[in-house]
Amino acid sequence: MSQSPSSPPEPLHLAVALDGTGWHPASWREPESRAGELFTAGFWLDAVREAEAGLLDFVTFEDSLSLQSTDPTADDRRTDQVRGRLDAVLIASRVAPLTRHVGLVPSVVATHTEPFHLAKAVATLDFVSSGRAGVRVKVSAAGHENAHFGRRDLPPFRPQDYLEPEAQKLVRELFAEAAEYVEVLRRLWDSWEDDAEIRDAATGRFIDREKLHYIDFEGEYFSVKGPSITPRSPQGQPLVTSLAHAAIPYELVASSTDVGYVTPHDAAEARAVTEEIRAAQEAAGRGGETLHVFGDLVVFLDETAGAAKARRRRLDDLAGAPLASDAEIFTGTPAELADLLLDWQRAGLTGFRLRPAVAGHDLPAVTRGLVPELQSRGAFRNTYEADSLRGLLGLSRPANRYARVRAGGQS
Amino acid sequence: MSDTLKQIHLAAHFPGVNNTTVWSDPEAGSQIDFASFSHFARTAERAKFDFLFLAEGLRLREQGGAIYDLDVVGRPDTFGILAALAAVTDRLGLAGTINSTFNEPYEVARQFASLDHLSAGRAAWNVVTSWDAFTGENFRRGGFLAEEDRYTRAEQFLRASWELFDSWGGDEILADRESGRFLRSADAGTFAHRDQHFDIAGRFNVPRSPQGRPVIFQAGDSDQGREFAAATADAIFSRHSAPEPGRAFYEDVKGRLARHGRERDELLILPAATFVLGDTDAEAEERAHEVRRAQVSGQTAIKFLEHVWNRDLSSYDPDGPLPDVDPDTGEHTVTRGRASVRMVRDPLATASEWRQRAKAEGLSIRELVIETSARQTFIGSPSTVARALNDSVQSEVSDGFILAPHLVPGGLDEFADKVVPLLQEQGVFRTEYEGTTLRDHLGLRTPKA
Repeated sequence: MSQSPSSPPEPLHLAVALDGTGWHPASWREPESRAGELFTAGFWLDAVREAEAGLLDFVTFEDSLSLQSTDPTADDRRTDQVRGRLDAVLIASRVAPLTRHVGLVPSVVATHTEPFHLAKAVATLDFVSSGRAGVRVKVSAAGHENAHFGRRDLPPFRPQDYLEPEAQKLVRELFAEAAEYVEVLRRLWDSWEDDAEIRDAATGRFIDREKLHYIDFEGEYFSVKGPSITPRSPQGQPLVTSLAHAAIPYELVASSTDVGYVTPHDAAEARAVTEEIRAAQEAAGRGGETLHVFGDLVVFLDETAGAAKARRRRLDDLAGAPLASDAEIFTGTPAELADLLLDWQRAGLTGFRLRPAVAGHDLPAVTRGLVPELQSRGAFRNTYEADSLRGLLGLSRPANRYARVRAGGQS
Repeated sequence: MSDTLKQIHLAAHFPGVNNTTVWSDPEAGSQIDFASFSHFARTAERAKFDFLFLAEGLRLREQGGAIYDLDVVGRPDTFGILAALAAVTDRLGLAGTINSTFNEPYEVARQFASLDHLSAGRAAWNVVTSWDAFTGENFRRGGFLAEEDRYTRAEQFLRASWELFDSWGGDEILADRESGRFLRSADAGTFAHRDQHFDIAGRFNVPRSPQGRPVIFQAGDSDQGREFAAATADAIFSRHSAPEPGRAFYEDVKGRLARHGRERDELLILPAATFVLGDTDAEAEERAHEVRRAQVSGQTAIKFLEHVWNRDLSSYDPDGPLPDVDPDTGEHTVTRGRASVRMVRDPLATASEWRQRAKAEGLSIRELVIETSARQTFIGSPSTVARALNDSVQSEVSDGFILAPHLVPGGLDEFADKVVPLLQEQGVFRTEYEGTTLRDHLGLRTPKA
């Protein structure tokens, strides 16, 4: 993807972030939210089908290894908001056979899980979705989440202390671990060459074992032998994504991912963040590779700006406090949102991940309001033009790193 | 008459990386594409089977220092496939093996609880143990567990998981829009579990699932494994399908239940079994012979013997006699990553027993390996197989069978079309699912939180 400002605009990419009944804490109290069905497959299938009907690139599924909490360092014990969630990888796998085009990107916590397990889980999602799998890698510094595993002794972390040396040390460590985690995932995904299965009846061999590779990863946090137990999946490398708000997480985006989500609050900030990530991308030696930088926005979408504002106010009243978010909160019409997205795209973002304030209302508003608006401006696809998630995002299917080395060794 | 007969339980095992699968057959399909799993599951559901079963492996098998390449190699993630199969089936139970050594209870419990929600009550967990450093090389902690501790960890893992499953009673979610209360109490999901292997506390984040807890399967066969099963499992995946060892195993395990305060019908015994059908018994025998030859090539036979001998036997003729050299009883280095290796507890005794048997019956290496590893459980015309299967269940060799066909994905179709209707006619197998959950199919109670 070109970053030159003089080249014609690239197609805009759109994703939706699914989290319970929506990103507003009172969203579950809306009649269209179906809060009582949150733990059924049908709830998630309907949301993903809605995203697919709107030709969105992909959906992400939020997840964590603790109960939702307004306090990032502890369990808040609140009973007035949605609590409880299903495993995101399993939700994605459950809806995969019943959808055909939209990408499926569950969140996983690198801090407490095993890259070997997740590599095969995401590769399997790629098989069951015929090439539409991705993953959002996140870290966890929450002490109460740590206690669910009881295996690590992480120092206490409070987001407001982010710039303190202790906190910086912890963040650097967690993101270094996450970077290794992604490296292990990627090596395991390549640990089988595409044509490793030969079924050669003459010699009795099911595979050509020369085309399976020990990854022999030895890092600071992991040592993983490999190969994966799961063969290379349809996309070869499923999509890797990550959310970032500051320099250290930007480095993970720049060095390791295909899509980074960022949270600018205006076009100038979108430009600054994008430039910072592009510089880090160059520094990581990936200057020539396609790396998408998506802006995250919470959205309240209605036919009139007044209706959207009134709805937001009503939900804030129900919640007892105004909505707070790391991301910019947009309140308005689909046409106004389209203006904003195209403006921020000119500032360097290549796509957006919209967080519907109320999934039952704002997701259909995206697919039936925003999408036609963008289409009418020639800024969004009219049909799915590729049959894999990488294809939708303009990413080629990567060559296998081990096959390259092997071929190189023979020449 | 029919209401005095025991009802048979039937499950289908999607065969993976052992030499059951005849991958060279022209009708053999992909072992990894979802279409294969989907076809297999739909056949099992069409036949009203209780559940589908998936095994698991966490390191590719090796022999002589190289990845073993003669059988199917590679498989998908258990949870991912079962969740996807929940989308293409309505009633079929979905059972998967998940290791208790290289996982953590919070994560596994939420995966199974999630699977149970996403399948509306059809999840089952086959708890297996392993300890070896070979598998550990793929994980953070390496080979941290001593062999003698594996059941302690498995049992504590399971008890910790139950505590997590039970941390939600089932009535906590109010989602009352008027009052604004989503949860009835701020204590939902609260747990604290401390023992030798786990020290975990906090709140579990998946509400109670339709079955309360997934159905628990256990496969261990040692005394410790049987006791573990009698104390904790809902079903045993046994390998004793033949009448005599089967009946003895059945009696032994059912006899252990009382001291754990359990009734005989609270634990089902389900042996693994294979089958070969033909229009006539003679035709089936002929096909069975062909299948065995396809499953055990000369190379496969030598490799199988190396599991026991722990030596390179590649210079031996598979059509010749067994080696007279004794097994190397030192550290097992030739074969790695195979459960079957662990089943041979005394290689010298096994080798001597096999040599005697080969001599007495005039068997070559390959023929002996076929006799010990590839004998099919049920061979015959559909009516012969239906009768044998029913006899096994009525005479308490088992409560049913977990059937692994030798062809993927179509190997179950013939059984579904020809044998199941005969069992249904005899009134020993359901013609329709009576309930919706796997516990319903297996006649198991839903546990109280």
